[in-house]
Amino acid sequence: MVNKTAQAGTLESNDIMITVAPARQCSGIVIDLESIVLPQYGQTIRKVILQAVQAYGIANAYIKAIDRGALDYTIRARTEAALQRSGAAKRAFR
Amino acid sequence: MSELITFCGAFAKQPVQYRKAVRVKRMLPGISKVETSLEEVFNKIPITNGMTLSFHHHLRNGDQVVNLVLATAAKLGIRDLNIALSSVFPVHAPLIDHVCNGVVTGLDTNYLSGPVAKAISQGLLPQPIIMRTHGGRARAIECGQLPIDVAFIAAPCADSYGNLNGVMGKNACGSLGYAFPDAEYADYVVAITDCLEEYPLAQISISQTRVDYVVTIDSIGDAKGIVSGTTQVTKDPVGLKIAQMAAQVIQATGLLQDGFSFQTGAGGVSLAVAHYVRKMMQAGNITGSFALGGITGYMVDMLNDGCFQRLLDVQGFDMAAVRSLAANINHREIGADCYANPFNSGCAVNQLDAVILGATEIDTSFNVNVTTGSDGIIMGGSGGHSDAAAGAKVTIIVTNLLRGRLPIIVEKVLTVTTPGESVDVVVTERGIAVNPRRSDLRQRLADAGITVMNIEDLKLMAERIAGKPEQIVLADKVVALVEYRDGTIIDVVKQISSAN
Amino acid sequence: MKRLRRSMLFLPGNNPGMLQNGGIFAADSVILDLEDAVAPQEKDAARFLVAEALRSIDYGNSEKVVRINPLETFAERDIAVIAPSRPDVILIPKVQCSKDIEEISKMVSRYELLPGSIRLIALLETPQGIAQAHNIAGTGKRLSALALGAEDYTASLGATRSRYGEEIFFARMMVINAAAAASIQSIDTPFTDVDDIDGLQQDTVLAKKLGFKGKLVINPRQIDVIHEVFNPSNGEISWAVRVLEAIRQAEAEGSGVASLQGKMIDAPIVSRAEQIVHLARRLGLLKEGF
Repeated sequence: MVNKTAQAGTLESNDIMITVAPARQCSGIVIDLESIVLPQYGQTIRKVILQAVQAYGIANAYIKAIDRGALDYTIRARTEAALQRSGAAKRAFR
Repeated sequence: MSELITFCGAFAKQPVQYRKAVRVKRMLPGISKVETSLEEVFNKIPITNGMTLSFHHHLRNGDQVVNLVLATAAKLGIRDLNIALSSVFPVHAPLIDHVCNGVVTGLDTNYLSGPVAKAISQGLLPQPIIMRTHGGRARAIECGQLPIDVAFIAAPCADSYGNLNGVMGKNACGSLGYAFPDAEYADYVVAITDCLEEYPLAQISISQTRVDYVVTIDSIGDAKGIVSGTTQVTKDPVGLKIAQMAAQVIQATGLLQDGFSFQTGAGGVSLAVAHYVRKMMQAGNITGSFALGGITGYMVDMLNDGCFQRLLDVQGFDMAAVRSLAANINHREIGADCYANPFNSGCAVNQLDAVILGATEIDTSFNVNVTTGSDGIIMGGSGGHSDAAAGAKVTIIVTNLLRGRLPIIVEKVLTVTTPGESVDVVVTERGIAVNPRRSDLRQRLADAGITVMNIEDLKLMAERIAGKPEQIVLADKVVALVEYRDGTIIDVVKQISSAN
Repeated sequence: MKRLRRSMLFLPGNNPGMLQNGGIFAADSVILDLEDAVAPQEKDAARFLVAEALRSIDYGNSEKVVRINPLETFAERDIAVIAPSRPDVILIPKVQCSKDIEEISKMVSRYELLPGSIRLIALLETPQGIAQAHNIAGTGKRLSALALGAEDYTASLGATRSRYGEEIFFARMMVINAAAAASIQSIDTPFTDVDDIDGLQQDTVLAKKLGFKGKLVINPRQIDVIHEVFNPSNGEISWAVRVLEAIRQAEAEGSGVASLQGKMIDAPIVSRAEQIVHLARRLGLLKEGF
């Protein structure tokens, strides 16, 4: 569960700033993505964020992502940090 | 527009013609060339609808002359002008309004950055612009493919009879090399200056014999945008690593010996290559012949240290370069024709041993794009890129393997600026590739203990790190013709799709 | 043969750009830093980033080291997130006594995937730690090196850091001696003025002369200089080759005593020559023969 709005990451190059916010029941996971490589990597970035969120068993959340060319590992780490800061807990350790 | 010929090899096209005859002029004794009003000059010439006006870019992002001239044209209700400006900078944004208002309908340039570049990519003009190389522009002017009605030459210093230089005055920019062909071939030449000296000027770059008017204004530009402070060797560890590898490549080629000639850019990584080359030259007690192209304080230091015997300066980037050009006989100013025109009896790039160049994209056939960004938007252009690449014995591209997330090595570049046949080595922080056409170089590098990779493997390495990018989608409309230095069309730039 | 640790390069743990490029400088080790390089409020984010970096970034031949936070702050939380991502080594800051190593060792055992796989390096950077160097060096099986952190140490002493490092001579010798006594490596403090390449070169020459096996590195530009110093020189290599050749010849002739240029070659000399030849071969400085 996303209990409160939380943020992780920076706007420096190679980083991504992820903000997660609570969302109403049945709203699903909404990803609002801004990226300097949107045409080339927009789909990949969304997929990576979505997978990281689903690993937390979260069904409803609003996610704002401002990407400065982050690689997947950074996107995963920033999403996870934002989720933990928002009070979410991972379902099971991989 | 004359018929278009497709590029078919860097040295395939041979000129079969005579140079364009220039308008013969006369100036009667007792007539003054000095004017204080641009409008007056517009009326005297007169400048009319549909003319081609040319400008140089030595004032770079500090230039106020282009905007001033076009504002005058707009005020006088002149329309349909073709603007031949050797490079377009962010400061030239008002050009967009002049296009929207019909004052300007054509653009001919070697390099574009900033709002104009973006607007062109979005389809600002109904007709494609022409993008040339620095040498190609000189060729086009001399061969009559870019006829200039009036050349407006921003002059940091002028005398009352039209002798000009770029090394004096509050807005000194150094070499005026890119304006030389314009001065020689334009039907009318108007010098615009904010520093009028008594006749005759002590140091003359462009002579009175082709200059018809000298217009004095308060300021031709903003010195801050004209020359940078001190150009610095990069401190970025990745950039330094690339530069060090590139210097090692140069050493491995065997060219680094007495008489060595060299060109490198003013960017941080290019300068860092010079830094490592300098160390090698000093360690080996090597005296080079000359350094060419855009000149920075760093190259001036190398001249003064005895690393080179001459600098051939077509464009200066900082105050140290300006001061040196004014004071040092071994620091020579050359024009665009002498620098890089492929259709004369030999230009300076032909004498180059090694050149260091950049890339926004390079493909597995070694074609280089410095014209458009990975998003398809124009963000540069050849400038001297394809000229130097064609002339030098060894052409080395230095680039990060990834920029942000984007792999720089791709299967096919979005826009070909410089053909792969004139590119020899690619140096990235994660590996070096050599053009298969240069098995001799590959062997020399191997002999020196340098690991050489296939460019395909470098590409795969980048994709393993960043993932394979999706193809961007472009519209069908052609917004720019990319002309190779010999006048053939090497590629076109298409409008970006509205989705972007 | 112990792992080469001529250069151990610090990478700030919350900086994606630096983390992803850390592998290109050919440092013997990279240290993904969760301690000094990370602001207190970003410790959690850096932990995730370093864990992900360990899983997905190719650091080539560089050993993967993570500097965690000290025991009294976030050490356990760091280890819980980092250990499952399989670093080669955990670098423990501000180690004061052998008990610190034991505690960290237990924590690592709780979280690592492959029992006993993660090694430890103790960073000694307090007067207490230096005083305890010998006890610390002999603690547990995981410990593979001692490193000196001279900035915090001299601050505690109230000493002034200098270019020549007279003020850390005692600490350096304590670390080197303790490590040698326990048959582990000793790694020298970083040279902090990254623009002073000559100073770095001299400082590294001194470190090698005293007995250090490598040096902490705070800027990639320092690596080449450090490797140059720690690599055996051509003179050293040819000396070592001649020593071993003389020994071989003496053995072939059935003589029990070998000598080189009139000097008898005894066991320590042979051992030193063997080490040099071995290192030279590993670094590709000795092409063939031996």
